[in-house]
Amino acid sequence: MVNDIHIVEEPKKTLSMHPKKFALWLFMVSIVMLFAAWTSAYIVKKASGDWQLIEIPQVLWVSSLVIMLSSVSMHWSKISAKKDSIPQLKMGLIITLLLGLVFLALQWQAWGQLVDQQAHFVGKPSSSFIYILTGMHGLHLISGLIFVGIILAAAWQYKIHSRSMVRIEMCTTYWHFLGGLWLYLFIFLLLNH
Amino acid sequence: MATADIHVDEGLQHHDDHEHDHHDQNFWTKYVFSEDHKTIAKQFLITGIFWALLGGLMSVLFRLQLGFPDMSLEWLRPILGGWLTDAGKLDTEFYLALVTMHGTIMVFFVLTAGLSGTFSNFLIPLQVGARDMASGFMNMLSYWFFFASSAVMFTSLFLSTGPASGGWVIYPPLSALPQAMSGSGLGMTLWLVSMALFIISTLLGGINYVTTVINLRTKGMSFSKLPLTIWAFFLTAVIGLLSFPVLFAAALLLIFDRSFGTSFYLSDIYIGGEALPNSGGSPVLFQHLFWFLGHPEVYIVLLPALGITSEIISTNSRKPIFGYRAMIGSLLGIAILSFIVWAHHMFVTGMNPFLGSIFMLLTLIIAVPSAVKVFNYLTTLWRGNLVFTPAMLFSIGLVSFFISGGLTGIHLGNAAIDIQLHDTYFVVAHFHIVMGSASFFGMLAGIYHWFPKMFGRMMDRRLGYLHFWLTFIGVYMVFFPMHYIGMAGFPRRYYSFTNFDAFNSFADLNALISVAAIITLAAQFIFLFNFFYCIFRGRKASANPWKSNTLEWTTPRNPGHGNWPGEIPTVYRWPYDYSKPGAEEDFIPQHIPYSETPESNLPHENDLVRIETQDGDAIRVSDQGTEE
Ligand code: HEM
Ligand SMILES: [Cu+2]
Repeated sequence: MVNDIHIVEEPKKTLSMHPKKFALWLFMVSIVMLFAAWTSAYIVKKASGDWQLIEIPQVLWVSSLVIMLSSVSMHWSKISAKKDSIPQLKMGLIITLLLGLVFLALQWQAWGQLVDQQAHFVGKPSSSFIYILTGMHGLHLISGLIFVGIILAAAWQYKIHSRSMVRIEMCTTYWHFLGGLWLYLFIFLLLNH
Repeated sequence: MATADIHVDEGLQHHDDHEHDHHDQNFWTKYVFSEDHKTIAKQFLITGIFWALLGGLMSVLFRLQLGFPDMSLEWLRPILGGWLTDAGKLDTEFYLALVTMHGTIMVFFVLTAGLSGTFSNFLIPLQVGARDMASGFMNMLSYWFFFASSAVMFTSLFLSTGPASGGWVIYPPLSALPQAMSGSGLGMTLWLVSMALFIISTLLGGINYVTTVINLRTKGMSFSKLPLTIWAFFLTAVIGLLSFPVLFAAALLLIFDRSFGTSFYLSDIYIGGEALPNSGGSPVLFQHLFWFLGHPEVYIVLLPALGITSEIISTNSRKPIFGYRAMIGSLLGIAILSFIVWAHHMFVTGMNPFLGSIFMLLTLIIAVPSAVKVFNYLTTLWRGNLVFTPAMLFSIGLVSFFISGGLTGIHLGNAAIDIQLHDTYFVVAHFHIVMGSASFFGMLAGIYHWFPKMFGRMMDRRLGYLHFWLTFIGVYMVFFPMHYIGMAGFPRRYYSFTNFDAFNSFADLNALISVAAIITLAAQFIFLFNFFYCIFRGRKASANPWKSNTLEWTTPRNPGHGNWPGEIPTVYRWPYDYSKPGAEEDFIPQHIPYSETPESNLPHENDLVRIETQDGDAIRVSDQGTEE
């Protein structure tokens, strides 16, 4: 064969995404399945009767507002990181952290309001389920807070900026997810209590 | 090789993260806390073998009781101690503990962790062309969580109150009330702890498998060129990610019922004439949650075995797999359907009969993709140049079990028949053949086939044949008669059948089963000897001993960390170009470009070969085409 004829057989690049981000999505999928299991168990149990009506604590409206606000501040800090405005980035993360803590405090108060109406954790499933859903969401929120804390520490060391966005992007995704998960649970409880 | 100078896009080389620090590994980072997927795979394999042996020994113990109810087990007192009654027979509750542990160990520790953990870890990076898993660290954690889970379960075997005894399905209220039986105390608590760790391990592993398959494929490795092994491991991991969290959810509620006094699964229970305070719960709720995992779980166990066999049967028939796309389609179909048939385990537990008939319909639909797979295996074998390696024999054995066990599944899927057969030995026969034996054979086939890649040496063929025939005949001798015992109505999990006149006539059959079980277990020691001996003393393997097409056989005999010393090969063709008309050899590996095989290309494949006159990232056929 002549040397200036080259055969080019260029196989296609495979589709791919950032592996860590992708893994985070899979992790969130399994959390969705966890809560899907509990909420469907809730519905199945409710449908089989012997169900007690429980007032959904009013304070949960406030906590829902708080967690939505924290999503806004988280987003703000991500945008700030992209613009390399480090003070705003830190401020956003601190606000998110604080709002997250306020959210947890409000959830705790909601448990108090449940106890006030004699809906205890140990009792009929109709009340136990509310504790399970809020409590398990709270646990996941704590994991989110730890994540935000790690990002904040990294931001302090100037490790988060426009050319190093992966971690804060993942953190933002996770935080929005936790907020969305709460809204789902809240609306679910409002509709099915 | 001509592929050596192909320009590989930098964006695909995701491995840079863990390339640097692996040069001076010490013993601990190399063999214990290793992040290399090949080492982790071997760790899973060895742990799985340990559990398989233990689970097998347990089954022989309770088979002794069933087959020879009058026998004295006094000679086992040094091991069993207080678990023997004064008369030298198994304690009745210990019998239940044995059955429970046997099921748990085999389903979860051997056929889930041992099978997926070994082969997904070993083969995914090697066959998709990646340096390692997406996250070596998570992968290491996955093994060590499994190890911790194993340690907890193992510890529970030594409790004075015994390990969990409520069956591998741990139905409440038996599992929820510590006063129900002695195994429901601390033993059950440890079972739950162990399974929680196990689920974390599975999720860590599964996230890694899925991420790796989707994101770290080498150039050219499109989904339509993936080996069926990878398709199977991939879908198995997806099923696991969707179903194990549900088991976690169910187990958590059970933990609250057990330890905190909630009543998710408990209601109206009287013990010794006294009512328990729990009210409002429902044990059927647990069954729904459990089987929502439980049924997909049986496919988590089976699909990897099916993937392994597809590969082995095609290689050793020297023929392309018949219906590659149909194989993928049926894997997908099974994966999806496996989530909507769970209630066929609950036909007689108080479910609404109308719901029962819907689940019956869905269950019978799953026979269709299963039959497609069987058909494709058989047509691949049909008129192939069969090479009967031990791996091939075990794969054919799997197909046989998949047929005979699937047929009984169709019977059980009919609610009307299941009312008679539920919880009898017929069910035991069904799932031991279709799940237990088939997956075991898939696992053994995989070990025989990839042993050369794992350890750089060959296993002994003749011992392999002996192992196969003893095991294959043994399995049918053990499980086939169980169908009859089951049809006669003998319930599973009963300590003794001699108390019932109706079943006395089955004493001989039961004894036969027990003898066959002992022989089958004994045959596994041939395998164990072969396996461990050949790790150190086996004949050295050549680079591609089975003349196979997939990428793992392009690595060196003992691949180091990173798998390929040079560039990762690029993929040009599907993995099943065996006996292609016109080709010089009867196999063309995936990394050989079409431009090197003009004699065997089909017209549309020739179109892929573009001729250009400019330089660039071109393969110069003239320079290197003949090098190999
Ligand atoms: C044609 C396909 C199949 C059908 C229609 C089918 C149907 C059924 C049904 C209806 C039962 C419940 C029997 C009862 O408890 O009364 C059952 C049990 C079972 N099946 Fe299948 N099956 C099929 C294939 C499989 C496969 C491929 C596997 C595993 C890989 C499997 C594993 C099991 C297991 C483990 C059980 C018993 C679980 C237990 O109660 O401990 N089956 N099957
Ligand atoms: Cu099933």
